[in-house]
Amino acid sequence: MCIVGSREQLLNDIGIVSFVLVDLGLYLDTHPFDRNAMEYFNHYNRIKHQMVKEFSMKYYPLTMDMAESNKEWRWGAAPLPWEGACG
Amino acid sequence: MWNYEKRLQFPVNIKEPNAKLAQVIISQYGGPDGEMGASMRYLSQRYATPYREVAGLLTDIGTEELAHLEMVAAIVHQLTRNLSMEEIEKSGFAPYYIDHTVGIWPQAAGGIPFNACEFQSKGDIITDLHEDLAAEQKARSTYDNILRLIKEPDVCEPIKFLREREIVHFQRFGEALRLTQDKLDSKNFYSFNPGFDMCKDCDD
Repeated sequence: MCIVGSREQLLNDIGIVSFVLVDLGLYLDTHPFDRNAMEYFNHYNRIKHQMVKEFSMKYYPLTMDMAESNKEWRWGAAPLPWEGACG
Repeated sequence: MWNYEKRLQFPVNIKEPNAKLAQVIISQYGGPDGEMGASMRYLSQRYATPYREVAGLLTDIGTEELAHLEMVAAIVHQLTRNLSMEEIEKSGFAPYYIDHTVGIWPQAAGGIPFNACEFQSKGDIITDLHEDLAAEQKARSTYDNILRLIKEPDVCEPIKFLREREIVHFQRFGEALRLTQDKLDSKNFYSFNPGFDMCKDCDD
């Protein structure tokens, strides 16, 4: 792995939290009354929103709703996900 | 309606190009058990179930498959980046290169183009969920076959992640089948297609 720097670290952490949410989301689709799972979901969902907001302000917008721009359209200038950290 | 996040579901950071690996891995982009077929299968099937939670699951898994499609494309893209003409000729990549240079195009490892006949949308949720269970196992076997061929850790890691997701999806589809059957006549689940046959005395 050649992941370096705080930008890659934060993006990696967002990936981990988002994965928890994707997996919990599918679980809740078939277990809609599991309160513990819902608590986990709510908890990590708040953390994810905070992290995406922080990342988008510090580095580049991860979603278009975080792309408010003044001089240059920030969404278009953002790195593409398939570039990879070693490219 | 969809929203895009500018990140991969799992990181793909491949150091060395390797056109030989790209040629087999592309099967999970557009091959018979690949991610394109997977996402199109679930996103097409969801209209034929009257059960919201099952349609919701098909939507969410179909959406995750799109993220997997992007991961497979990223792997193939990074494996074919900065290839020399000598490497293209040596690795057997020339036939693909002739038609697509190093662009991403949905085909199987053997060169067969993606085809909607690789999945079914039968309009009967019991039938469709059985297909989905089989599809997840077929994709898992394909990832197992890929993992026997490759040793490079930076390629193996994302492939292992994708393989694990097939198992989780299989589990969730099994639960969706149970949820569906719970709403049907337990004496004969197959006597009635809830997406087509009219039901006079149903409450929901």
